[in-house]
Amino acid sequence: MIDLQIIQDNLPAFLDGARVTILLLLASAVAGLSLSLPLAVARVSANPFLSRPVFLFTYVLRGTPLLVQLFMVYFGLAQFDMVRDSSLWPLLREPWFCAWIAFTLNTAAYTTEMLAGALRATPAGEVEAARSLGLTGFDIYTRILIPGAVRRALPQYGNELVMLMHATSIASAVTLVEITRVARDVHANSLLAVEAFGTAALFYLALTLCITGLFRLLERRLLRHLARPAGAS
Amino acid sequence: MEIKLQADNIAKRYGSIDVLHDVSLQARAGDVIALIGASGSGKSTLLRCLNLLERPHAGCLTVAGERLALTPDRTGELTAADPAQLRRLRARLSMVFQQFNLWGHMNVLRNVIEAPIRVNGLSKAEAVERAEHYLARVGVLHRRDAYPAHLSGGEQQRVAIARALAMEPDVMLFDEPTSALDPELVGEVLRVMRGLAEEGRTMVVVTHEMAFARDVGSQLVFLHKGRIEEQGTPSDLMTNPQSDRLRTFLASSLHRAGHA
Repeated sequence: MIDLQIIQDNLPAFLDGARVTILLLLASAVAGLSLSLPLAVARVSANPFLSRPVFLFTYVLRGTPLLVQLFMVYFGLAQFDMVRDSSLWPLLREPWFCAWIAFTLNTAAYTTEMLAGALRATPAGEVEAARSLGLTGFDIYTRILIPGAVRRALPQYGNELVMLMHATSIASAVTLVEITRVARDVHANSLLAVEAFGTAALFYLALTLCITGLFRLLERRLLRHLARPAGAS
Repeated sequence: MEIKLQADNIAKRYGSIDVLHDVSLQARAGDVIALIGASGSGKSTLLRCLNLLERPHAGCLTVAGERLALTPDRTGELTAADPAQLRRLRARLSMVFQQFNLWGHMNVLRNVIEAPIRVNGLSKAEAVERAEHYLARVGVLHRRDAYPAHLSGGEQQRVAIARALAMEPDVMLFDEPTSALDPELVGEVLRVMRGLAEEGRTMVVVTHEMAFARDVGSQLVFLHKGRIEEQGTPSDLMTNPQSDRLRTFLASSLHRAGHA
């Protein structure tokens, strides 16, 4: 039988864990998205001095496991005297800060490639029309290329956020008490795996529903130019 | 009459293939120049050289008396010496494309007000007023809030014409504006273009519509293999072609028109 009492007793701990998961997700998503937009513009640049370093960044970050990246930031950086002596050390020895850095860089890499693909998918004619009317390169980016690319990337980015949310469970490896860590503690204390991890799964599922719901609303609003108009066959 | 657009000795090649040799063109105010020729004759390339969407290898462009400063790049193609001057002159030569090239994420009104606000510095209210005027002029004002993907091809092309008109350009360039349209939608676009010609607008039109070129054109330019083979008034060229090539071209396009 499922022991509902143990779930109820641990609900406050799960809610605290959910708070950590959500904060880590939001902080990494905002920082990662802010980084990825300029990186994506550099990635599609014709100038190899701009596009190559970005390619290298995304290749390394997408080519290695997130857990390894997290360990490199959390354990690896501490190995260097320079880092320990730096003014950032009080932050860099904090697990939440290291997790934030690792998740930010990781999601930035994936989002950069996603946006770069969406930028490349801009119909050439739209850019030509803008040039033929005398728009500046800056206007062409900010008015035509980026708004179009962000819209095209939107459904894919919703998936990226869900994946990132699931990936935050890895933060438990550097002592952050998020949902998965709470579940492991409950399991360790009670040896009730289904109750412990089942509850964690339900929390993740609820968060996934929130993200997909939010993106459904966003898509309805931002992708209405692609929607079938009302009344059309 | 005032010369609105002058192109002198334009030459263009792709790799080792010459697509334009030493072509010159002059549009006076109110001229409607129809560029005709078989596909591959270089007529679209010539049109795209006029606003530097294609970079010629040689030649000289003057828009409303202002000469565009050109300088060769590494590959020998000419680019604008001053990007700001190029943008200013492009804004006076608005172009209508075969594939409409409307901005998909913007609605009709936004498509038309964008460049007047960004390039000509109009306030949003002024731009909207101007956009509504031209959208009404081409008969698509009722679609102002629609998105391009929800419009028919003919409506999209008329919005693109309104977008070009809203720049209040010196010369309008049309690159096969009806070639991507279903046959039943060609008429509505040609009607709008006829109206613009009657208003006295200066237009350079690449077209396969021989009836349009004959009725509306003030000058017909027949290109063959990147050279101007014949040039003159439509009635002269059509009733009395000098070259075999133009005769053959006319015969085949009139034959096509007869079946259309």
